[in-house]
Amino acid sequence: MPRVNRRAFMAGTAAGTAAAALGMPAIAQAAPFKIGLLTVKTGPLAQGGIQMEQGIVTLLKQKNNTFAGRKVELISADTGGNPAGAKTKASELIERDKVDVVLGPLAAFEMLAINDYIRQQGTPLMSLAGAEDITQRLANPWVMRGSASSAQCCHVLGDYAAKELKYKRAVTIAEDFAFGYEQMSGFQRVFEDDGGKVVKKLWPPLVTPDYTPYIAQIGNVDCVVNGFAGSNPVKFMRAYADLGMKRIPLLAGWTAMDDALLKSLGDEAIGVVSAAWYSASLDSPVNKQFVADMAKDYNVIPGGYSAGMYVAGQVVEAALAKTGGKADDKKAFNEALRGVSLSDTPRGPVKFDAYGNVVGDIHIRRCERKGGALVNTIIKTYSDVSQFWTYGDKAFLANPVYSRDYPPAKNLE
Amino acid sequence: MSAVARLITPRAAAIVVALLLLLTLPAWVGNPYYINIASQILFFAVFALALNVLVGYGGLVSLGHAGLFAMAGYTAALLLARGHGHLVADTAALAVTVVTAAVYALLSLRSTGIGFLMITLAIGQILWGIAYRWASLTNGDNGVNVASRPSPFGFSLAGADGFYYLCLVVFLVCVATMAVVVRSPFGASLRGTRDQERRMSALGYNVWLIRFYAFLLSGFWSGVAGLLFLYYNQFISPQIVALTTSAETLLMVISGGTATLLGPIVGAAIVVIMKNVVSAYIVRWNMVLGIIFILIISFMPEGLVPGSARLWAWLRHRWGAGKAQPAAKTGEDGA
Amino acid sequence: MSLWLTLAVNSFALGGLLFLLSAGFSLIFGLMRIPNLMHGSFFMLGAYFGVTLLSQGVNFWLAALGSGLLTALLGGLIERFLLRRLEGQVLPQVLLTLGFAFIIGDVCLMIWTGDPWQPPTPAHLQGAVQVAGLFFPIYRLVILAVAVVIAVALWILVDWTRLGAMIRAGVDDPPIARVVGIRVSQLFTLVFSLGAALAAFAGVMGAPYLSVYPGLDFEMLPLALIVVILGGTGSLLGALVGSFIIGFLYNFGQAMFPDLAYVILFLPMLLVLVLRPQGLFGKVVA
Repeated sequence: MPRVNRRAFMAGTAAGTAAAALGMPAIAQAAPFKIGLLTVKTGPLAQGGIQMEQGIVTLLKQKNNTFAGRKVELISADTGGNPAGAKTKASELIERDKVDVVLGPLAAFEMLAINDYIRQQGTPLMSLAGAEDITQRLANPWVMRGSASSAQCCHVLGDYAAKELKYKRAVTIAEDFAFGYEQMSGFQRVFEDDGGKVVKKLWPPLVTPDYTPYIAQIGNVDCVVNGFAGSNPVKFMRAYADLGMKRIPLLAGWTAMDDALLKSLGDEAIGVVSAAWYSASLDSPVNKQFVADMAKDYNVIPGGYSAGMYVAGQVVEAALAKTGGKADDKKAFNEALRGVSLSDTPRGPVKFDAYGNVVGDIHIRRCERKGGALVNTIIKTYSDVSQFWTYGDKAFLANPVYSRDYPPAKNLE
Repeated sequence: MSAVARLITPRAAAIVVALLLLLTLPAWVGNPYYINIASQILFFAVFALALNVLVGYGGLVSLGHAGLFAMAGYTAALLLARGHGHLVADTAALAVTVVTAAVYALLSLRSTGIGFLMITLAIGQILWGIAYRWASLTNGDNGVNVASRPSPFGFSLAGADGFYYLCLVVFLVCVATMAVVVRSPFGASLRGTRDQERRMSALGYNVWLIRFYAFLLSGFWSGVAGLLFLYYNQFISPQIVALTTSAETLLMVISGGTATLLGPIVGAAIVVIMKNVVSAYIVRWNMVLGIIFILIISFMPEGLVPGSARLWAWLRHRWGAGKAQPAAKTGEDGA
Repeated sequence: MSLWLTLAVNSFALGGLLFLLSAGFSLIFGLMRIPNLMHGSFFMLGAYFGVTLLSQGVNFWLAALGSGLLTALLGGLIERFLLRRLEGQVLPQVLLTLGFAFIIGDVCLMIWTGDPWQPPTPAHLQGAVQVAGLFFPIYRLVILAVAVVIAVALWILVDWTRLGAMIRAGVDDPPIARVVGIRVSQLFTLVFSLGAALAAFAGVMGAPYLSVYPGLDFEMLPLALIVVILGGTGSLLGALVGSFIIGFLYNFGQAMFPDLAYVILFLPMLLVLVLRPQGLFGKVVA
């Protein structure tokens, strides 16, 4: 195997790369701190994976590839978006490249496939995948999540739909896999606890060329909630508008109205209300800098995938600052990671619960056209939202994990 | 020449060296990551060899073998998840896979050529649809986890080394079986059905039955490979049932060289290394893989192994080194 | 009731799109016996070309034609310089076409990134007709109309022109066609290019409602396969009928039996293959 500098690039500037290639002396210690990025660069999920890499690279560039006085090396691995690939690449990062922390993976099924492996290896990992149980019933002491559990935003959406928008009857539609079930079940639970009724739940498969057969089944309701991800929201919303459905308001989870998707959307997205843990329109200095740098380097508006990795990187930096730049003792470093509490991330304040999941702000946004471009304007912010909403961890975890059939839908028509 | 010297042909020597290298691989590779890659090559080679029974020796191109591979994996995973032991789960998985192969055969052996390819593709897609959509049975996209690997006779398979040796043993048994089958009267008659279907019928052979048995053999080894895949990942999900798995395995067989023992192994190594190792250095590895396939087709349409043998024979002839030899025996139908 | 009507209309629209996709596949398969596993890639590549042309302000129909021409050129080159040499060898053809499918998929990812692209529906085709309280998007009806026009054009081409006679002769019996002096090799290049062009044209037509994204190629390929198997290879009528059958099975299967939607999609193909291997409208090949 060629062992010369290969793809392990000093992320960011050409100068950084050149410094690495020439083996110039590092500023602090000899060995750089290694971050392994488990992402997707090929295949249908590449869109989110590429954004993940852009997010962490932007942070490293801002920090001049130095966390807490220590050089940082980023190694990214392409899982191809499938579980077997995720397993092999996790092994590549951990056992071959000996990274200190893993960021990623993207998809829930990738995370579920490597959960046991991460536990065996004992390497800290900060995931972006929503899978609820990763920080709940299957909570893994080495796994954290700085984005949101699948239902974390949809709990809020259910509350807002029932209490503020006064909707009574809703139809849910999301992909037929765990991320979809968990989002829609979270919405259903809170919405129905607040007096609403979910009267129909539709589950198109992940690959659906045409959503018409599903949209045609939506009856007379107050709102339609969608939890699509990847490129599907684009297809869904166009079909929704084409079929003359815009008279029924559309609500969305964070992936369905992610800011990075806005450039692919048209007028059909105007008026959609969504709940998200990150919004590019957030008015804070750190977010403004992040958005400006992403625009400068990649000509994109960042969404949750980029912001998630940026924030994860900030958490790593904070932990490294606490340990004085040391990560050799993985247990101690992991403890430091889980104890991180930050106030100045692009998404707002961030801290972690006992299960490793983030507690932070969730924003309700409405999509508008401003100066020609689509923008998700924040209309309300819920602070310090936990993955357990207001139910409390013990009571929440006593129930089975959200699924297609749980909580049972008692109001179907 | 003494009897001993006559035994030490270049071919035998190559086999011994290859065996020694394989047996000592964990020692000289060292890093568990690369040992795991080697394990993957071995079980995908078993899968490719299984497919080669039909594609190479039977002349029947299947594009639905992912269904068989995954049938074993899913059956075992679902039984294990319901609390059954490894022995029960694995035995049942292989039995179910062989029965599935019989169903494949009953439906598909009505035709040959492109018709056969299409029928196997259709069955494969139906199985994929079930794995993907029938979530109450298969857990859909989330897949099924397997808590632990078995420890047969107290030999732990949990680590990379242990699992590698399991794969190696299975791989060697598979290669040996294939070598025996190919040289057996059955192997000869299978090749006969490929090359001279009508003559075989006229000679009183039951062409259908020969192909049926070949399908069962192919199904059994596909199932074995599927079990190794399951235990390697300790996880199975619908992605592995998709058309791309069938296509990739077919590419392994064709690019390495059909109807050879070495070809599918070389093909498996190329694809696994491209996907897992080269992808770490080259972002556009899919493109490189595509280009490799096209280069193989352009310069060695018979596949890498027979093609290299032909090239070698030609070079020797050209340079006049030694006496004129027939094309090395690694070619058609040999080992 | 309204659900079924909406589904029925939509089935015709999807059927129309599938016909545009699979007509070329059927001709290539029937005439040249090539399992063209990059047909889905032509569709995707065509859609991406369309996206780029449309973003440059090109008229929608010109973009569809231009995209078809570009893809036809690519298809023709691949046929002329690579596939040609592999006549009659199924395995190498599979390897070559899959190899190109990998390359095209990766090139598209490189050029057009992983983001989904959905060009706006052309302005004059936007909106919906409202009948008895039901909305039928005009654009879907346009797709159906275009498919019918192309079907008629292809039918005239194949059944009423000299070129068509050559194609039919080639489908029925290639050796004889060669003997009677038909220049089969030029014919092959022409048909392959035409197939590629039709797939790319379908891609542009489909883009405003399917959108374009990585992986679209291997979503469309199996659909083209089942249509052609169902209808019979080399038969345009078969491709047309097969497209509408699949359009209906897809729409009603997804709505009525979501768990078994794919079984419903592929089972008829299996039945046809087993019971009538030449397809519903295929000719028995000696």
